[in-house]
Amino acid sequence: MKENQKTYWKGIEQLKNDPEFVKKNEGEFPEYLPINEQSSEANGRRDFLKLMGFGIAAASLAACEAPVRKAIPYLNKPVDVDPSVPNYYASTYVNGGDAVSVVVKTREGRPIKVEGNKYSSVFKGCTSSHVEASVLSLYDKERLVGPTKGGAEVDWNTLDKEVTAQLGKIAASGGQIRIVSNTVLSPTTKKAIEEFKAKYPTTQHVAYDQVSAYGITKANEASFGQAIVPSYDFSKAKTIVGVAADFLGTWFSHVEFNRQYAETRRISAEHREMSRHFQFETNLSLTGANADYRTPVKPSQVGGVVAAIYNGIAKLAGQASVSSSFKASDVQYLDKAIKELWANRGKSLLVSGSNDSAVQILVNGINQMLGNYGTTIDLAQPMLYRQGNDMAMNTFAKDLSAGRIGGVIFFNCNPVYDSAEGAAIAKGLAKASLTVSTSDRMDETAAAVTYVAPDHHYLEQWNDVEVKPGKFSMVQPTIAPLFKTRQAPESFLKWAGQTVEYYTYLQNNWKETFFAQQSVTSDFQTFWDKTLFDGVFEVAVEARDVTYSAEPVAQAANSIAQNYKVQGQGLELALYEKVGLGNGTMANNPWLQELSDPISKATWDNYLTISMAYANELGIEMVDGETELVTLTVGGNSVEVPVLIQPGQADGTVGLAIGYGRTSAGKVGNGVGVNAYPFITKLNGANTMDVLAGVSVEKTGKKYKLAQTQTHQTYMERENVIQEATLPEYKKDTAAGRWSPKIYKEGEYIKPSKITLWSGHEYNNHHWALTIDMNTCTGCSACVVACQAENNIPVVGKEEVLNRREMAWLRIDRYYSAANPAGNKKELEEASANPEVTFQPMMCQHCNNAPCETVCPVAATTHSTEGLNQMTYNRCIGTRYCANNCPYKVRRFNWFKYHDNTQFDKNLSMNNDLGKMVLNPDVTVRARGVMEKCSMCVQRIQAGKLQAKKEGRKVKDGDIEMACASACSTDAMVFGDLNDPNSKISKLLKVEEKEPGVKATDRVINEDRAYHVLEELNVNPNVWYMTKIRNKDKQEA
Amino acid sequence: MIKTTNYMLAKRIIVRFAAACLFVCCFVFSGVQAYAQRDAVPTDEAIIAEGEKLFSEWACNTCHRVDQKLVGPALKGVYDRRSIDWIYQFVQNSQRLIASGDAQANAIYEEFGGLQMPSHDLTDDQVLSIMAYVRHTEENPPAAAAATDTAGDGTQVAAEGGIPSKYLNIIIGALIVVLVLILIVLGLIIGVLKKYLQDKADLDEEDQEVVNEKFDLMAFVKSPTVIGIITFLVIVLAAKNVIDGLYTVGVQQGYQPTQPIAFSHKIHAGQYEIDCQYCHTGVEIGKNANIPSVNICMNCHSAIKTDSPEIQKLYAAQESGEPIEWVRIHNLPDLAYFNHSQHVNVGGIACQTCHGEIQEMEVVKQHAPLTMGWCIDCHRNTSLNTKGNGYYDKLVELHNSNAATPMKVTDIGGLECAKCHY
Repeated sequence: MKENQKTYWKGIEQLKNDPEFVKKNEGEFPEYLPINEQSSEANGRRDFLKLMGFGIAAASLAACEAPVRKAIPYLNKPVDVDPSVPNYYASTYVNGGDAVSVVVKTREGRPIKVEGNKYSSVFKGCTSSHVEASVLSLYDKERLVGPTKGGAEVDWNTLDKEVTAQLGKIAASGGQIRIVSNTVLSPTTKKAIEEFKAKYPTTQHVAYDQVSAYGITKANEASFGQAIVPSYDFSKAKTIVGVAADFLGTWFSHVEFNRQYAETRRISAEHREMSRHFQFETNLSLTGANADYRTPVKPSQVGGVVAAIYNGIAKLAGQASVSSSFKASDVQYLDKAIKELWANRGKSLLVSGSNDSAVQILVNGINQMLGNYGTTIDLAQPMLYRQGNDMAMNTFAKDLSAGRIGGVIFFNCNPVYDSAEGAAIAKGLAKASLTVSTSDRMDETAAAVTYVAPDHHYLEQWNDVEVKPGKFSMVQPTIAPLFKTRQAPESFLKWAGQTVEYYTYLQNNWKETFFAQQSVTSDFQTFWDKTLFDGVFEVAVEARDVTYSAEPVAQAANSIAQNYKVQGQGLELALYEKVGLGNGTMANNPWLQELSDPISKATWDNYLTISMAYANELGIEMVDGETELVTLTVGGNSVEVPVLIQPGQADGTVGLAIGYGRTSAGKVGNGVGVNAYPFITKLNGANTMDVLAGVSVEKTGKKYKLAQTQTHQTYMERENVIQEATLPEYKKDTAAGRWSPKIYKEGEYIKPSKITLWSGHEYNNHHWALTIDMNTCTGCSACVVACQAENNIPVVGKEEVLNRREMAWLRIDRYYSAANPAGNKKELEEASANPEVTFQPMMCQHCNNAPCETVCPVAATTHSTEGLNQMTYNRCIGTRYCANNCPYKVRRFNWFKYHDNTQFDKNLSMNNDLGKMVLNPDVTVRARGVMEKCSMCVQRIQAGKLQAKKEGRKVKDGDIEMACASACSTDAMVFGDLNDPNSKISKLLKVEEKEPGVKATDRVINEDRAYHVLEELNVNPNVWYMTKIRNKDKQEA
Repeated sequence: MIKTTNYMLAKRIIVRFAAACLFVCCFVFSGVQAYAQRDAVPTDEAIIAEGEKLFSEWACNTCHRVDQKLVGPALKGVYDRRSIDWIYQFVQNSQRLIASGDAQANAIYEEFGGLQMPSHDLTDDQVLSIMAYVRHTEENPPAAAAATDTAGDGTQVAAEGGIPSKYLNIIIGALIVVLVLILIVLGLIIGVLKKYLQDKADLDEEDQEVVNEKFDLMAFVKSPTVIGIITFLVIVLAAKNVIDGLYTVGVQQGYQPTQPIAFSHKIHAGQYEIDCQYCHTGVEIGKNANIPSVNICMNCHSAIKTDSPEIQKLYAAQESGEPIEWVRIHNLPDLAYFNHSQHVNVGGIACQTCHGEIQEMEVVKQHAPLTMGWCIDCHRNTSLNTKGNGYYDKLVELHNSNAATPMKVTDIGGLECAKCHY
């Protein structure tokens, strides 16, 4: 009956069937709950009496008089602000070299939610977890409230006077001045820096990126004479090969790539085609998890893999090959990848995340031979996200250490922490006479400089951003500056002796430069207003003539032969960025810290990822997050770091995430994990995240607990949860991979829905439902943070995650699967060597026959006439029967009061007045002792319905979107009304129109891929999943 | 109480008298300079309707009445007093007219204390249609103006069902009288029987004892049965009181705090009939009705009653930049979501339904209990305002095919938890 013979598991312990783990999962709660310790018998009676006494006293006090509450209206109400009515402003999320066009929702003048801007042709309304979380950083209590000198507050006038005087002095004596920053995307800010440079001619602007792309720009300079990173268009690619490039998780504009990638993965009965994705990588990345064929390779093989592809393609193209000892047959699937790249030439794409220019020169050569330039790669529209220059940064650090720099201004960057030269810079700073930072907080760098001139948060400032030539996006303030901060470019102008406000400066620049580039309107004000309203301004740029030169290829191949090995000896370290925390600039954002990593499912930590085989070699066992600390030593640097056994990790390698180990990020980010930036080394003149030699790991014997959420609320033997097929199977049968359970009754097998105790619901007005396409869901986790922001979900902290009390309403379950079950150690190693991965976002399924509703003794959870399973907090008495009876384990219990509670001070959005400004006023902040869960964003449904009623019309499809669905870059989630035959979801599910009076449970869905998780229970959810289709020739792995 | 009423009455008479005097003045004035262009004002019904719409849309009634001087002059007969052209110019831009040295415009400007009529972006035809509405109202004065004052009481009586309490009291009184009479008769019978038995000689000792037994009140009171019954009653009564008391915890019906400014809804909403939305701007668009900001007060009070100590508080607020801290009267718990626009804009419910006769309130008090039971009750009994609203079309059609009664809020899920709690 069951077609799928794979073994699925969520964590190593499940695969091992560890007896302790099985025992834990049998009970309702993993362990005896410490919360009950207080009520031992000796105290029971007294506590009861105390409580009763308090209760009576409280009740009688409450009866006396209600407190006087004030209603304070505006003194002068702004015309556009109506209390309770949200306003939306187009703006742009900017963080270093990352930018995304967004729309900011404000309530009573407070930004509370960030969503994607659909007007942008680059981002098309997509967001990431960082974008969604950025609004909380605005209300971070750790931000500086004004300028400081030597750590003490000063006023702007004093600071300006002193800084200007010292700059003048340095310039007069011919001393060197440096402005150090991450990539600056704003053309007007760059102009302001130019003005500064004009005033102080000894100034140089040094840009660096935490994760550098300098090698890629150098390679393009060699191949095409242009130091750029071209644009990629995955949507046009039929064969995608990624070599150590996490383009769906962290690489460049992954927001954009997610959308493009998903377009090639969206299939239907009418369109039974999808791209094939090969991935060769060390750590199991989000991108690798989505690949059809993935091969773990060591970092020292990356160059060889690319060289082998080059030679393979060159042979097919009849061109000269390069000298390389690598053969395509050395690496699994490499031959296949080469053949398919060639077969789909012009419609294929090879990307590599390597920052070694030699590797990238070969990558350029391969794409050139494949004819991908002009189709999947666009040199005329380079991506401007990474403009850092590693050599310049290195020179700066040396100059600073040598005392050759008179003054340095760190413009919104933190190189002491997040650059490879951090230690040198920290030491060298004392030798410069003037040190300034524009950081928004006392971070590692700001703490080491004399003056801090804090910049606005991006939601407080005016600016422009150019993500690609001709693709502009505006930054518009959505709130008046909360503190006495000043926009950094305005500071530059001021220090350059100009008194103009930056807003005026920006407007003037646009009047002079970009206004002239358009012909739509001749009135500048109209142009300006329209640009701000749209949030984007896009002009066509001329295609530049580019000629490819194959000349550097031979030299690059030689360099590869020198630096890379076919079979590397010894341990190698691959540093990586985590999808959640990224490069660590937002380390003080608890939403990102608690976001469980889509792959490892760990929160609040970084860790050394090691393979199962290596763990066995070291003798490290990992059960339920309990692991050991090891000492990782690279050259002279060593850190003590916990180990995480990561299926799919290449043998002989370990992985470690950057972005952790902050010491001055703030209360939330400080002391979480270890700092991996010092391990960054140089290869061919550019920073590399791969350490190819000199890595050693030693056991310490110390125990450590990692807060992983994965194995929480899981049960085994549920193959019916993930339903998947391969593309050839799907082409033959659109129902391939579907598992339709049958129940035995009176001599025959029938569908589970045929036997029911339920009378069913009729939905006459709306029938809200959600579909999740597991084929386009890449696991990027933007939805998880969006849900957290929209629904006031508390952050509980590492301790409580360890206690399995995380509160996320929406989790992304990650399943590993392998062809064979794992009975012994050897089989276990094999199974976890390179498993397949499936992501499944899981939230309340809004069952039509909801098991939670029947067991609630106080009817706190009930069914609505629109298909929603409603949770009423004020009625809940906390029996937790519902959570117990929920087969999907999506209900969350408030074990504690998470708001106004010093014990949960990491829950920034609820524990101080500033943080509370981010709360969604339409959603209750839940009290202790009540159950909560996904409400299908009922506040948005109600608001959308009300708007329709006010306008006297029906609800249009798209009027209402759940927070998760609107955050989804890949449109994997589609929300809508099944009663509306024209809605996207009705068409997607091929819903048959329902006559009035027909029960919702009898509704006919004709889409073969759509299924209910745990269909045999006949709980009949309103959330539909679509089978995962892998583009593999046959079932394997 | 009577005193205030008398005072109010007197005040109203004085105001009316003053208005009447002004009318007379106006007539005298118009007698001097009669334009008599009344006939130029159209009487076409469509134009009148358009005028009425504009009159309310542009909130003319904030300053003007047809037959009453308010912030600005009464509009009655304005077409007799002025040329139509002059009216166009004055309405569209009075400032320009005054600046041009027009005598009439300047006279008005001075008469109304240097208060300028704001400019209105209206076309000549629109102004004319407003005139048509004014003429129509003047020539067909609303008959029921006097009746509105008593309408409030009428609805109150109609709301109560069953036997009126007045009759109930009479019935209970009669029953008590009957019971007392029965008791007296019984007492008399006992006395007669006792006397008869005492007179009988052949009674034995035991019977004698029974007949002559003295009634011992103390023993009766101390008997376990009586103590038991009394204890039971006391406990039941106490429990009922406690439970009733607990139900009123947090219920602030009748809450009437003193506000920082003695603002009278009676004057503004009652006497001057200023539209509620003129100040409570959010009531049709959002969740909150909005307490007006000071700049809304200043629309009128920059010129009206400028020396009143209460109004001075507005100026003080504006000068200091400190908003006025009103005492919040209607406090819904945070867990309940209530949206004004849903009820007022979509539902078409009058403010008075929940807030009481607000136009009669000198100081606002909480009219409704604002308990969940009260909300639910209304949702059970209120028919939906679905007319002309495309949202409800399908629902109404479905409902009418199954039921004879009009569609209530509860019929479309109006009692579901997640309508108000999320």
